[in-house]
Amino acid sequence: MLKFIFRRASLVIPTFLGVTLLTFALVRLVPGDPLEMMAGERGLTPERHAELMAQYGYDRPLLEQYGLYLYELAGGDFGRSVVTKKPVLQEFFERFPATVELALCAMIFAVVIGLPMGILAAVRRGTVLDYAVMGTAVTGFSMPIFWWALLLVLFFSVNLGWTPVSGRLSAVYWVEARTGFMLIDSLLSNEKGAFGSAVSHLILPSVALGTIPLAIIARMTRSSMLEVLNEDYVRTARAKGLSPFRVVTVHALRNALIPVVTVVGLATGILLAGAILTETIFSWPGIGKWLIEAVRRRDYPTVQGGVLLVATIIMLVNLLVDLLYGVINPRIRHASERT
Amino acid sequence: MTDRTLDTAPTKPPHPLQDIWRDFRRNRGAMVGLALILIVTFLAVFADVVAPYGPAEQFRDAFLSPPSWLAGGDPRFLLGTDDVGRDILSRLIYGARLSLLIGVVVVTLALAAGVTLGLCAGFFGGLVDIVVMRLMDIMLALPALLLAIVIVAILGPGLMNAMVAVTVVVVPHYARLTRGAVLSELGRDYVTASRVAGAGPLRLMFATVLPNCLAPLIVQATLGFSGAILDAAALGFLGLGAQPPTPEWGSMLANALQFIQRAWWVVTFPGLAILVTVLAFNLMGDGLRDALDPKLKR
Repeated sequence: MLKFIFRRASLVIPTFLGVTLLTFALVRLVPGDPLEMMAGERGLTPERHAELMAQYGYDRPLLEQYGLYLYELAGGDFGRSVVTKKPVLQEFFERFPATVELALCAMIFAVVIGLPMGILAAVRRGTVLDYAVMGTAVTGFSMPIFWWALLLVLFFSVNLGWTPVSGRLSAVYWVEARTGFMLIDSLLSNEKGAFGSAVSHLILPSVALGTIPLAIIARMTRSSMLEVLNEDYVRTARAKGLSPFRVVTVHALRNALIPVVTVVGLATGILLAGAILTETIFSWPGIGKWLIEAVRRRDYPTVQGGVLLVATIIMLVNLLVDLLYGVINPRIRHASERT
Repeated sequence: MTDRTLDTAPTKPPHPLQDIWRDFRRNRGAMVGLALILIVTFLAVFADVVAPYGPAEQFRDAFLSPPSWLAGGDPRFLLGTDDVGRDILSRLIYGARLSLLIGVVVVTLALAAGVTLGLCAGFFGGLVDIVVMRLMDIMLALPALLLAIVIVAILGPGLMNAMVAVTVVVVPHYARLTRGAVLSELGRDYVTASRVAGAGPLRLMFATVLPNCLAPLIVQATLGFSGAILDAAALGFLGLGAQPPTPEWGSMLANALQFIQRAWWVVTFPGLAILVTVLAFNLMGDGLRDALDPKLKR
């Protein structure tokens, strides 16, 4: 087991180094001089320019610059924003909880709706219900989520006035940021109604962000269930006279869930990419909105550090999913040990 | 007697394409997808004839005019006008050109690059394989949209750069798929026979092996159309793709948020166009997969 963990974990290192190469190249590939952007409209005298080039190490050979970059990363230095002058790492972790909160709620929405949809479609295969579920799934999968989010706002916020249009909390409340998770912070604060406000702000972004994972989960559950329902042990369970509900939920679902769990884990990337669009529309103060603003302001150190951090988190989550998968399914573990 | 034997004589087996078409036609969703794609293609090709107005033509007497069937609607503008008085229907029809163009360019370039990389990795193995596939893994470590945004951040916003970005992002999928298919074909007898007969590596790669790897690539390319249109629209929406006067569906939505209270039609129709087109390609891709995959054949 330890061997399996080490083998899988060691695969992450070259990928991580590769991503650092990519983010390192990012700043150097931008046309023009990295200093010009920092200097702004006033420009620089040639002497000051040379001084700054030396200060940031841009005058050294590329390989040395890359070595320095890795050295700084190892020390936890992800650079400084050109706009706010704050360390990128600090800015990232200020916003990260907001994105995690949104992504978790979106995932819960996707699983709670998608899983039963997939099961129903598999059990009632070939019926109207099956077609309806699969039609919904393929539509959800094709959905441009930025438009879907706009439609949700149009219907639920503008027409019905049920939910707020944007933000995380109504402006009448003030909640101290203790954990960074608004749902927890609002409960801890003494403000009455703050929790309700936080929940109502979360609903539409979660639905918008969760739609594509929902479609994927529904499809995956259906095909996985269909496969399992033909297995001998399911037939045995039926033959024993167990109730159809018990056969489906206990005997079939447990085995069908293995691939679904992987899909749920691997959806992190989808959620973080979707967060860029969702957060932009709902003015959600998370890392997606932060990154896109950095791109628009041409704040390259922030883009560089932010992309690296996002990629690292995705890699770590994928690693965790793989390891968990190995724990759930011994066949994977042993297969990788043999090769 | 002779007549009888003639009757029962085995008929010629159907051409493989006929076989695929028969399977494909059974899938109702796929046929709907195909029909929608044909309609969108028709509109795109004949946009000059079909569209009532030009995509940039402004009507200064009709800003944010609602769709014609609503109260206050102008019969001249079926789907209403936007904030500077341009006919939304016309812009959507011209936008179909761009979306299909994006799909064609992205899929063609990505196929060319991905297939070449995958063939090389599969054929030469060893160091080439490791370098190429590691590179692809690194690109897959980032979410597609994020990587595309990074590339646009380097190249600068614009429709061309957005297409380049979306292409680069999808190359790994084609490379992986091709490599996998190549590896499973390489051990087959026909490849060995061809090699023994003296075929050179290029001939082996492109003429002998590649045609036998096409089925998954065709499916991926069809689904790739929808991905390309969706990603390019997302970039347009974020202001990083096609720039404002261009009637690209995503960028038409870019400043729609500010009209959401007053003019729902500005928000609704461009997105509907994206959804329908993407859905059509996804339906057709699913149908093709079922028709081309021998494992699923009844």
